[in-house]
Amino acid sequence: MGFVFPALVLIGVFLIFPALWTIYLGLTDFRLTGLAAADPQIVGVDNYTAALGDERFHTSLWLTVQFVLGSAIIGQAGLGFSIAWALRNRTGPVKRVVEGLVLLAWILPSSVVAFLWIALLDRDQGTLNALLHMPGFAWLLDHPMLSIIVFNTWRGTAFSMMLYGAALENVPPSHLETARLAGASTFQQLRDVVFPRIRGHMLTNLLLISLWTFNDFTSFQITAGGPEGRSEILPVYIYNVALSGGRLGFGAAVSFLVLLINLVLALVYLRLLRGRRGAEA
Amino acid sequence: MISLHGLTKEFPGGVKAVDALDLEIADGEFFALLGPSGCGKTTLLRTIAGLETPTSGRITIGNNDVTGLPPGRRDVAMVFQDYALFPHMDVTANIAYPLRIKKVPRAEREAKAAQTASRLSLSELLARRPGQLSGGQQQRVALARAIACHPTVFLFDEPLSNLDARMRLEARTFLKRLQRELAVTTVFVTHDQSEALAMADRIAVMSAGRIMQVGTPSEVFQRPSSTFVASFIGSTPMNLLPGVVKDGTLRVAGAVLPLPEGVAGGEEVVYGLRPEYMDLSVTAREDAFAGHVSVVENLGTSFLVTLEVTCDSGEHLVQAVVPEDAEPAPGGAAWAVPRHPRALVYRDGELVTP
Repeated sequence: MGFVFPALVLIGVFLIFPALWTIYLGLTDFRLTGLAAADPQIVGVDNYTAALGDERFHTSLWLTVQFVLGSAIIGQAGLGFSIAWALRNRTGPVKRVVEGLVLLAWILPSSVVAFLWIALLDRDQGTLNALLHMPGFAWLLDHPMLSIIVFNTWRGTAFSMMLYGAALENVPPSHLETARLAGASTFQQLRDVVFPRIRGHMLTNLLLISLWTFNDFTSFQITAGGPEGRSEILPVYIYNVALSGGRLGFGAAVSFLVLLINLVLALVYLRLLRGRRGAEA
Repeated sequence: MISLHGLTKEFPGGVKAVDALDLEIADGEFFALLGPSGCGKTTLLRTIAGLETPTSGRITIGNNDVTGLPPGRRDVAMVFQDYALFPHMDVTANIAYPLRIKKVPRAEREAKAAQTASRLSLSELLARRPGQLSGGQQQRVALARAIACHPTVFLFDEPLSNLDARMRLEARTFLKRLQRELAVTTVFVTHDQSEALAMADRIAVMSAGRIMQVGTPSEVFQRPSSTFVASFIGSTPMNLLPGVVKDGTLRVAGAVLPLPEGVAGGEEVVYGLRPEYMDLSVTAREDAFAGHVSVVENLGTSFLVTLEVTCDSGEHLVQAVVPEDAEPAPGGAAWAVPRHPRALVYRDGELVTP
């Protein structure tokens, strides 16, 4: 007990206390400025009922679901697996160059990356418009969600690619060859040999990237949630109401709701993982 | 029938695993590819299966040129060294898998799987997962999966190497009986010469991507066509001793032996004789190898005796197999007497005895 005490203190100070403080703030009308900043009043569950009834919160939640499904599950996991599968038997420069480029997108600082993407998607001087010969097309204004979904896919594919690359090494070549000898197509090989073998890796990966993407704030640096809130995913929404709008108490209440959603997501994945273990025993 | 014409497989980096190889395997034959590791036997098997693409040459199975066909369309079934059973499927699903890919209806393929399983005494295990089976049972499931889809050719990659020694003997007999009953052309790869001799109808001995000799087990055992094959085949290695033809006799390691057919005077040759064809004498003889007993190894019903023979051409080791109760004491003098008709003579590594 004595040995873990310092660690428990650190966890208490930096994790548990802020979490409890958020719950407390969520029950007050605490504001960034004005009277309520000096003397916040307990308002009970008013913030929660307000949030749950807020059209802007509903839109934001729906946008976040699109963001997670589009950029994490379809984008990062799908693309990451495809690259890992395509490169699995390759060696040499092609593999190194592809892996290097994908990794680069992951390790660059987010502010640098955001600037690069604004430069790419810019209406007048953007590289993409120059490439497509369609000057004046406002990607970030006309397709803000699509822009940040593609951006986040590009940004985070490296993790899935590396994880699936390692997982695919666990698939014995003789199993794939047995399927090939039976006449199985690529799809059938994936369904019957590869996916059952790497199911644990897939679920773990999906859990991690779903949570990361759910809480990702990098897109703020590209669209700031706009235009007109059309790319305002939950982390951006919280920032906008709590810090830009100054309603800290309300922001804390929404944060707590996001925490609950994350918990539910994690529980669902863990449930699936445990179900697999149970089935194998 | 499987025919290979000028088959070559070169890997990146210039290694020729299979080198301009010609071979014909008859219908219903149980054929062994035998050789030391790295000789290209597994690559050859995988090339027949379609898992490797040959650099040049042609493969035909029956009347079809399958050289360009993918593995799934060659009508072959392969049993891998690790059996490659799918761990998340039960025995029935594993056996029925190739039928499922061929879109055989569920009821039909499950009936077929049950029927094949009962033939291999697996009926009790149909609902189990591979992880709950012993090595021998897993092997039978892998065999059942290969049999259930009625291929024209079976390919086995080291089928017995993952079994323990006792199981291996049982499985050997079992496999040979099964192959005889099914009468399906079967090619198997092994590095174990006793396995190849015991099971195969014919054997191809390979080295460095080439076939050194093709023949029945008796042919390969009794008349190895080269010193490589001679030293590779046989549980006890063949005695291979340098000799020279002189004055109408063959002088080998101090022994004066009658001149065999096919050799002329003055030639340097290699004299080959299996230890089983060597008798031991305790009295001096001119047509025998004189030496001291250095090691006596118990083989159960017989003994392998190693003599140190010193002569003009240096020191040689000569081995003889003697029956039980006739073994000499180590250290004593002894004479190894060759049974002359069994002797083989090699010139430049090739057999010259007609």
